[in-house]
Amino acid sequence: MHPAPSIIVFTTLSGAGYGLLFVLALGSMLGAVPAWPGLGLAGTALALGLISVGLLASTLHLGHPERAWRAVSQWRSSWLSREGVMALLTYLPALIFAAGWVLLRTTGGVFRLFALLAAAGAAVTVWCTGMIYASLKPIRQWHHPLVAPIYLAFALMTGSLLALPLLAFAGAPHAWANWLAVLAILLAWGLKTIWWRAVDHDEPLSTPESATGLGRLGLVGLLDPPHTETNYLLHEMAFRIGRRHRRKLRRLGYAFGLGAALVLSLLTLAVTGAVAGLLGSLAAMAGLTGVAIERWLFFAEARHTVRLYYRRRAA
Amino acid sequence: MTCLPSEPPARRLGLVIDLDTCVGCQACVIACKQWNTGGHPAPLTDQEPYGIEPRGAFLNRVHSYEAGEGAAGQTVHFPKSCLHCDEAACVTVCPTGASYKRSEDGIVLVQEDLCIGCGLCAWACPYGARELDADQGVMKKCTLCIDRIYNENLPEAVRQPACVACCPTGARHFGDLADPDSAVSRLVAERNGFGPLPELGYQPTNRYLPPRPRRTAPADGVPAALEPAAPTGGFLAWLDRVLSD
Repeated sequence: MHPAPSIIVFTTLSGAGYGLLFVLALGSMLGAVPAWPGLGLAGTALALGLISVGLLASTLHLGHPERAWRAVSQWRSSWLSREGVMALLTYLPALIFAAGWVLLRTTGGVFRLFALLAAAGAAVTVWCTGMIYASLKPIRQWHHPLVAPIYLAFALMTGSLLALPLLAFAGAPHAWANWLAVLAILLAWGLKTIWWRAVDHDEPLSTPESATGLGRLGLVGLLDPPHTETNYLLHEMAFRIGRRHRRKLRRLGYAFGLGAALVLSLLTLAVTGAVAGLLGSLAAMAGLTGVAIERWLFFAEARHTVRLYYRRRAA
Repeated sequence: MTCLPSEPPARRLGLVIDLDTCVGCQACVIACKQWNTGGHPAPLTDQEPYGIEPRGAFLNRVHSYEAGEGAAGQTVHFPKSCLHCDEAACVTVCPTGASYKRSEDGIVLVQEDLCIGCGLCAWACPYGARELDADQGVMKKCTLCIDRIYNENLPEAVRQPACVACCPTGARHFGDLADPDSAVSRLVAERNGFGPLPELGYQPTNRYLPPRPRRTAPADGVPAALEPAAPTGGFLAWLDRVLSD
C-alpha cells in the first residue's frame, strides 16, 4: 500500500496526542499528576495540538477536504466514520478537563469525570483508527486481530514518553511515567514482533489463480497488462519499495522506538529537573521516530489483493 | 446510508462474462469510457492523454493472462469491472454515505457530490474495481450503465450496458442473476460460472464463464501432412494439365 505522508503524520501524531491525553487524564484522576496550571496548559495544549495537527493532516489526502464534515454521518457501518465521531466527541471532555486544570486550577471533583471521559474517548478513537485497517479483508497483513491493539499500544507508548519531559520540566514526580513508558514500549514492540512474525510466515490466502478463477488450467500469470502506464490502483495499492529495505527499516524502528526510547526512559529515572526533562524529550523523540518508521512500514509492507491481477508468472 | 440493504435485493442485476469467447479486443473498455465520460459518473477524466505518460480513470479494464503450462497453456482475456457484490465492503466502509447498494436491483453506486475522495472504498475492494478520478477528486466505478438500462428514451434493444452492447463476440451478457430462469442464470448453470476470490466472502453478483476445454492436439504435436493435389477431371484437372506442361 502507498505510504501517504499525510496518513503517517496523522496516525503517528494523533496517536501520540491521544496517548498523552489518556496518560495525563488518568494520571490526574489517580493523583499522580499535580494540578499545576502551567503543567496543565503545556500538557493539554501539547496533547490537543498533536491531535488537531494529525486530524488536519489526515484531511490533506482527501479529494474534497471541504466535505470532510460529511464523514461523521455513517458511524453505523464505517470505522472511519466512527473514528471521526469519536475524535470530535473526545474534544468536549478534553477541553472541559483542560479548562478546569488551567483556569480553575483543579482536576478534582466533577473534573475527574471529564478526565475519565477524555481518557475513554482517546482510547476508543485510537481503537477506531486501528479498526479502519483491521477491517479491510483485501489486505491480509492488516486483517489481523493484533492490528488494533498495536495501534493502542503505540499510542500509549508515545503518550507516556511525551508525559516524561512534561512532568520532569515541571518538577513533578515522574517515576511512574518512566515505568509506564517502559512497560508500554515493551508491550508495543512485543505485539509488533508477534505480528511481524505472523504476517511474514502466513500462507497467502488469495493467489492469481483464485483471483482469476483460472487455477483449473494451471498457474496463472499476467501476459498483457490492461494499461501501458500506471494507474490509480497501482499507485495506491501496489507500492513496491517497502519490501526491498524492510529488514533495515525494521531494525531502525527497533533501534529508535525500542532501544533508544527504552534506555533513555530508564536513564531519566536516575535524574531530576531540567536534565530529566531533556533526557525525557530525547526519549519521546526517539519513540516518535521509531513509531513513524513502524507506521511507514505498516503501509509499505501491506499487500493488497489487487496486485494479484497484475502479477507476472516467475520465469 | 452505507449499511447494506437488510433484505436481499429483489433483482440482482449483473454481468456474465464468457472467458472462452472474449478475444481481448478492448472494445468494451472504450465503449465504457465513451458512455460514462458523458453519462452518470461524468466526466471520467484522463491526465496527459496525449502526453508521454497518459493516465486516466476507467471503469472496465481487460487483463490478459497465460494460464497453464506448455501446449496445454492458454491465453485468457479477463475483463474486470465492478462485480456488484452482495457483501460490498466498499459500501460499508464509506464514511459519508456516498457509496450505496440499491435495494431494488443490487447495483452499487457512488453519489459523487457526497464523496470526499478518501479512497477507503478502493482499499476495501479486493478486485480493484474503483478508481479515483484524479481531476474530479471523487471515486468512480461501474454503474452497470444505470442511465442506459432504465432509459426509456432508448430503443428497448439497446437498454443494456455499453460494454455488453458493443461486444463483437457476444462474450458479455447482462441480466438478473436472482432469477434462476433468466438467460444469464441459465448460462451460469450450464457453464459452471464462478465469482473470483470466493475465499474473501464478498459474494460478487457478476459471474465469469470458464474457458471450454481445448480440442486435443495430435500426440506428436505435428498436424497431418497434406496430400499432393491430383485433380482427376473437370476444369481443375484441365488447369493442372496446362500448368504442368
